[in-house]
Amino acid sequence: MTVRRWITAAAATTLLVSFPACSSGTEETSSSDSSYAIWDPYPQFDGSSGWVQLLTKCGTDAGVTVKRTGYDTTDLTNKALLAAQQGNSPDVLVVDNPVVSTLAEAGALTTPEEIKADTTAIEPNLLAAGRLGDKTYGVPIGANTLALYYNKKVLGAAGVDPATIKDWTALTAALQKVKATGKKGITFSAIGTEEGSFQFLPWFWGSGAQLTQLDSPQAGAALTLWTDWVKQGLAPNSVLNNTQTTSWQEFASGNFAFGENGTWQLANAKKTGFEYGIIPIPSAAGGTAPAPTGGEFVTAPVQDDTGRYAVTQKIIACLTSTDNALTTDTTLSYIAATKAVQEKQVAQNPELKVWVEAVGAAKGRTSDNLGTKYPKISQPLWTAFQAALSGSSTPQQALATAQSAAAK
Amino acid sequence: MTAVPEIPEHTARSRPPAPSRAVTTAAPGRSTRTSRWQTRTAPWAFLAPVVIYLLAFYAYPLYRNLDLSLRHYTVRSFVRGDAPFSGLDNYRTVTGDPTFVPALLHTLVFTFASIAVQFALGMALAVFFAQNFRLSATLRALFLVPWLLPLIVSASTWSWMLNSDSGIVNAALGLVGAGPVNWLTSPDWALVSVIIANIWIGVPFNLVVLYSGLQTIPAQVYEAAALDGATGVQRFWRITFPLLKPVSAITLLLGLVYTLKVFDLIWIMTKGGPANASTTFATWSYQFSFGSLLPEFGPGAAVGNLLIVMALIAGLFYIRIQRRSVS
Repeated sequence: MTVRRWITAAAATTLLVSFPACSSGTEETSSSDSSYAIWDPYPQFDGSSGWVQLLTKCGTDAGVTVKRTGYDTTDLTNKALLAAQQGNSPDVLVVDNPVVSTLAEAGALTTPEEIKADTTAIEPNLLAAGRLGDKTYGVPIGANTLALYYNKKVLGAAGVDPATIKDWTALTAALQKVKATGKKGITFSAIGTEEGSFQFLPWFWGSGAQLTQLDSPQAGAALTLWTDWVKQGLAPNSVLNNTQTTSWQEFASGNFAFGENGTWQLANAKKTGFEYGIIPIPSAAGGTAPAPTGGEFVTAPVQDDTGRYAVTQKIIACLTSTDNALTTDTTLSYIAATKAVQEKQVAQNPELKVWVEAVGAAKGRTSDNLGTKYPKISQPLWTAFQAALSGSSTPQQALATAQSAAAK
Repeated sequence: MTAVPEIPEHTARSRPPAPSRAVTTAAPGRSTRTSRWQTRTAPWAFLAPVVIYLLAFYAYPLYRNLDLSLRHYTVRSFVRGDAPFSGLDNYRTVTGDPTFVPALLHTLVFTFASIAVQFALGMALAVFFAQNFRLSATLRALFLVPWLLPLIVSASTWSWMLNSDSGIVNAALGLVGAGPVNWLTSPDWALVSVIIANIWIGVPFNLVVLYSGLQTIPAQVYEAAALDGATGVQRFWRITFPLLKPVSAITLLLGLVYTLKVFDLIWIMTKGGPANASTTFATWSYQFSFGSLLPEFGPGAAVGNLLIVMALIAGLFYIRIQRRSVS
């Protein structure tokens, strides 16, 4: 009996004690907290990396300590939305550019005017990705985009001069010549996610098509180009399941003439063991096609305590200052968002010139005032090219279905 | 086995009951009141942890999911928490979607094809291993490997093996002169491929449960049947199969619930593609809520609830069958 009574008492006490303990825990986050939270989508960087050291330094310079957390990029959108719902958003959020307008639409972000951040030096085409209505949310930390990597040896053997590839006809002809030598033409990523849409957009925009009209004849031409490549064996069937990383691995195997990939692969390109070159993605009629911009924005989520914005502003200014942006963009293998830093980058590494030009011609996915409409266009678009490439419907049918889904 | 629980009981009994007697003699009235209070509250105190656990981790998430599916959520209203109640609108959106019928069919085909083959193979292997030949224990252990591997590992491996251009399966097909098959990228094969991979993963579970079920069938029944001249096939259909019925039923039910919600395997191998050719309710629900840049929690939750209802129907069906067999 006694033993049982003791247990009862112990159980009851534990319960009584644990409840107040729980509730007091949530009250810890007071406004006088001198620790500033920063979330970023670079989990590959740990405490010893240049990026995290820069964050710490910017915090110290602003007189606060920085608590940094790196999330997987696809995870970060939901984490940020959830944090906004719970009212515990980080002070600084570094987030992928097409997500900015979504978070802004949710009312989770402050504008640079509110926190008095300076965006005058930023290239307008990069800044446009963070626009919703007539306000811009956040500062781009750098940008990346897509171009065509080529294998010099494979093209040489096929007798193709990459400098002559200025339009789609020339590109397809080059691919056919390569195929005739027994090598493979081009690899890209046409996976059924945002990544696939990102890779399709240079061709889509390069045909003159607009995201507001998915079933236009120009859009049909762009999708027919991709579909014919796969049908004729100029591109492998595996593109349907390729992420940009697996597509890169195919290109790095040395069997492909071209690989559509991004700025971030530059460091890997040097490890492939063959000589490579880079050309901008051609448009249908000739010239450089507008590729979508990738890369993150530094944003300041809304806080209950507006007194925190002054320090947040200092941290953001520090992160985007010329010298620091140069370090950050070099670490991330990105192109800077300001002319001044871009020039420094090219001076350091002349190879980046083609990328600076590509970023100059690039266009935000959420630009053209699409904002939060973009995700509802992107998904039908990737379903359309998956349907056409897998042969379950013709390019025109697939795009007509996509347009009716996007218009809903 | 029996010795272990006896020890604490014995020591408890042998302990002198002095303190308890001392309390009763000191203040009899107060003690009875306290003990009545205690007898009434003690059960609740003991129940409390499990009740709180169930409420926090089962009831509340279920309620939230139902609530999500009945409101019109946008990113703005999600953050502000003021999403308007929209009745069954999300369910209407989902059932009216052109993806609904294909996704439902894929879910049913995926589930039933997987379970049927898993169960048949599991049963065959269980009967095979029940004969206890040499190395049977080692081989049986090897069959468990698919179950032990993390899903991300097995799914990635399957997707490499089935790659159209560099996969080992197409290389092997090429050796015997058959043309390459676009396993993961053709609308005709994508669903078949994920079913094959899922069967491989599910066989060990069926094998283990059915094998343990076989151990409970007494050997005398088989001996008697053998004396009566029953053949191997007859012994299986007349003895093994009927006596395994309860075990089979629970295996099938667990398999059904487990297979209905398979998400990671399909997502890693095909992302539900190409163009929804291998989309099931599980991947579709994820696609709504997390698969694009703009989350649509309402329809996502609605599809998730439809899955729960499907599993629930299967559960009720199982209970009915079980009741009937008992009576």
